[in-house]
Amino acid sequence: MNVGVLALQGDFREHIIALGECGVTGKLVKTESDIEAVDALIIPGGESTTISKLAKAFGLAELISNRIVDGMPTYGSCAGMILVAKSIIDPASDQETFGGVDMEVRRNAFGRQTESFEMDLTFKSISGAPIRGVFIRAPWVESYGPGVEVLSSIEISGVTHPVAVRQGRVMATAFHPELTGDNRVHRYFLEEVCKK
Amino acid sequence: MSKANEAQVGGARVKRGMAEMLKGGVIMDVVNVEQAKIAEDAGAVAVMALERVPADIRAQGGVSRMSDPDMIEKIQAAVSIPVMAKVRIGHFAEAQILQTLNVDYIDESEVLTPADYEHHIDKWNFTIPFVCGATNLGEALRRINEGAAMIRSKGEAGTGDVSNATTHMRKIGSEIRRLTSMREDELYVAAKELQAPYALVKEVAETGKLPVVLFTAGGIATPADASMMMQLGADGVFIGSGIFKSGDAAKRAAACVKATTFYTDAKVVADASRGLGEAMVGINVADIPVPHRLAERGW
Repeated sequence: MNVGVLALQGDFREHIIALGECGVTGKLVKTESDIEAVDALIIPGGESTTISKLAKAFGLAELISNRIVDGMPTYGSCAGMILVAKSIIDPASDQETFGGVDMEVRRNAFGRQTESFEMDLTFKSISGAPIRGVFIRAPWVESYGPGVEVLSSIEISGVTHPVAVRQGRVMATAFHPELTGDNRVHRYFLEEVCKK
Repeated sequence: MSKANEAQVGGARVKRGMAEMLKGGVIMDVVNVEQAKIAEDAGAVAVMALERVPADIRAQGGVSRMSDPDMIEKIQAAVSIPVMAKVRIGHFAEAQILQTLNVDYIDESEVLTPADYEHHIDKWNFTIPFVCGATNLGEALRRINEGAAMIRSKGEAGTGDVSNATTHMRKIGSEIRRLTSMREDELYVAAKELQAPYALVKEVAETGKLPVVLFTAGGIATPADASMMMQLGADGVFIGSGIFKSGDAAKRAAACVKATTFYTDAKVVADASRGLGEAMVGINVADIPVPHRLAERGW
């Protein structure tokens, strides 16, 4: 299986390293032909406005959307979560998403960089030690439809905010497993999301 | 379910990780809300809020300081991308102020007039991450040792002359490559020569890269400049005066963003370079007397 990592901007190399640790040679993709050639796609962390503008300017946005609709396994972390959401609560001007998960996300939901944090998370279907969640100006899921499965969430002042979700072949996390050296989330994507 | 009160803020991983998210992007100097919006619309990954771009600091002279908090807050309110701001080298009180404003990154910058000619800020004391300038590997590692979570090559700000940025990127790159080829018992002397902590020198020798993200700054004015810096190993680009001192700022900003992403594709960079109007006029670094070069500030 060819797994691509969208390399318009962000921490795409860290995703390539995480895939490598799972025994998969990831491919950096930034053109239409690159995207057509992969079987699955990871959308990395980065600045979601920048990635969506570049994707639109180079004609990739529609192609990615169509491939997601056609069932291409896709995983988005942080900015990638925003980009696979159906809608954004507070989008930057003319910011569009690729879609894929029936959810609405809030950008920079936890606050600015001083509020960026890490904490241990429980992640459905991943057993053993907790997953260390690294949240950097991260989004959260504000609301979601009946087809969405919540894989992990955080409680703040009595309110539950999903931070990892899945709908069919599309998965998203508000945090960055690619920064921790723990590749269990990538393994889950490769073994559970891509193959089922 | 995990509860938010278990969260750990301000650790090295979230500080350095923030810079990881900026990679492959362009950070643009802006002096007002209008410019900040142009930068965001063009696809900048962050803006640097300051009162005068380096070219004006150079032209007008005088002491240059941290920007007015009102001005920074207006820009924070106007855009959703990260907002950075500058403090003078060593001016930890300016940094404390910026921390209360919740800027996303602090640039301890030689572009402003230094406040301390001996010490830089102890950056471990802050939850906000810092980016610092460097002209060579030893300087970069000293800043990282003080807690910098991101490094940018200094170049010569406010000139539109990319030559010093080239020198600094090549220097940092070649010094890293030299370390990777050394025997382990040679690293002690290398650390002495670099005037940098042995542990960091050893880490660079083993990994072949800095432990933090490395951007380029100082004199970048065209898409071609951005492409060249990326090909020399930069993780991303700061553009200061180069955008808003040019003819068509919005178009040039978007062009530099495209060139930074597709830096290996000369055809895309060529297309991005078309019809941009007048570039900033600039100053040749060689025409600036050494005591007036900003890159000489910091040590």
